[in-house]
Amino acid sequence: MSLVDLFSTAAIGAGVFFFLAGTVGLLRFPDALSRLHALTKADNLGLGLVVLGLLPRSTSLLAALKLVAIWALVQLAGATAAQLVGRAVRRKGSAA
Amino acid sequence: MSVLKALDIGLAFLVFAVAAWTIFARGAFAATVGYVVYGLLLSLVWIRLFAVDVALTEAAIGSGVTGVLLIGAAARLRGAASAAGEKSLSGAPRLLAASLCILVVLALAAVVLLFPDQGPSLAPQSMRHLPETGLGNPVTAVLIAYRAFDTMLEKVVLVLAVVGVWSLAADRCWGGAPGEPRAERPEPTLAFLAQVLAPLGILIGIHIFWVGADEPGGAFQGGAILAAMWIIVVMARLTELPQTSAAWLRLALVAGPLVFLIAGVAGAIFAGSFFAYPPGLAKPVILFIETFMVLSIAVALPMLVAGPPRREPKVDGSR
Amino acid sequence: MTDFLLATAGAILFTVAVGLARILGGPGDADRMMAAQLIGTGGIGSLLLIAAATGARGVEDVALGLALLAAFASAAFVNSGAPAEDPDPADRR
Repeated sequence: MSLVDLFSTAAIGAGVFFFLAGTVGLLRFPDALSRLHALTKADNLGLGLVVLGLLPRSTSLLAALKLVAIWALVQLAGATAAQLVGRAVRRKGSAA
Repeated sequence: MSVLKALDIGLAFLVFAVAAWTIFARGAFAATVGYVVYGLLLSLVWIRLFAVDVALTEAAIGSGVTGVLLIGAAARLRGAASAAGEKSLSGAPRLLAASLCILVVLALAAVVLLFPDQGPSLAPQSMRHLPETGLGNPVTAVLIAYRAFDTMLEKVVLVLAVVGVWSLAADRCWGGAPGEPRAERPEPTLAFLAQVLAPLGILIGIHIFWVGADEPGGAFQGGAILAAMWIIVVMARLTELPQTSAAWLRLALVAGPLVFLIAGVAGAIFAGSFFAYPPGLAKPVILFIETFMVLSIAVALPMLVAGPPRREPKVDGSR
Repeated sequence: MTDFLLATAGAILFTVAVGLARILGGPGDADRMMAAQLIGTGGIGSLLLIAAATGARGVEDVALGLALLAAFASAAFVNSGAPAEDPDPADRR
């Protein structure tokens, strides 16, 4: 396996691990707010690592920039969604 | 069994499971979330079927436009249902609906599975004539070159849908501004999201429209993304929805089908038949038509999500 | 390498499936709202991996569109529902 493949494998593998960790958090955490935390933090980190692993394999500079833009947008969306949903949970009570 | 096949089977199973959950979900909101998830999973399926343009449309419409529309509707229904007392359908109509749906699914599955291996297809011919249109994306060629008339009629249907939605307004509200989908109170987080997403989204929407000539993309997908950007800016209360009597709004709505029709008629005059494009000028004409289509779609979809006018029109010209 | 990419895409879809099974059922609408976020992030991950493995063109644009619209469902959810009651103390400006 070439060095690029090795790097990709390591990064993507780590990404999948964080996706798994996020799901375990979803399953085990006791209330909506902590589940929200597990979802938006762990899954976003997993996606970031997957993107990192795919960057060396992209076919052009534009494609690589798109990958980074995708990850940045998901970060933004995740952080904002966490705030919005968390606020809704707090406002409406835990039965939302 | 290769990894790809296992992945496809797993994906299909997941889609079935989510669809089944959506059907059996209790409560309108749960069902709408299930439907949005189902739409996003379908994007993956379209990618696996190598229909990337359809996947783009599914992603743009399913999460941006339809998701907002359904969730808003579910919220309004919840308020109405708790006030009126909910009455759900009894057993017999449900059984009838279920059997009809199952029948249609079985018929479709039979047709698809019983196709001869080399099914009847015009794909080779459409690919052969692609260079004459100047386009690189066969889907765009089919939409705007080979079957332009259908696409124009689709845009007319979109305008008719907007008129239909507007006609649900109370008589005194005709011409006023729609009420949804604004937040009840200014949310700083939502405002921040809208302020960051909107410029990026406009850029990405225009990029996807422009790139649709040669790569997957196109006017509808680009227009849907632009529509979603307008929707979120309205949701964040950064701008108000326009009055439905506004001249610019109505002009923007009909601009797409109108320019399309004019191009078709011009084709009859300059190139020999209705919707023929002059050779060598095909791509510029197509992009010109698509620009106005994007405008119409970007205006029509938020109007559909916004719903019928709920406020009386202001007559003195102030907004 | 292709098989590895596809296998990881499958693994991410599996975690999404398990997560969906948990939060679609339950309790409260905020949990269900997270389902859209989950499928958004996980879906984009699998999408990028499948694209890299099968070489389909233009898939980054689909992921870009999905990433752009990922927060829309949550925004709509927050928008709807609660009638305009007492303003949130955190909103005081």
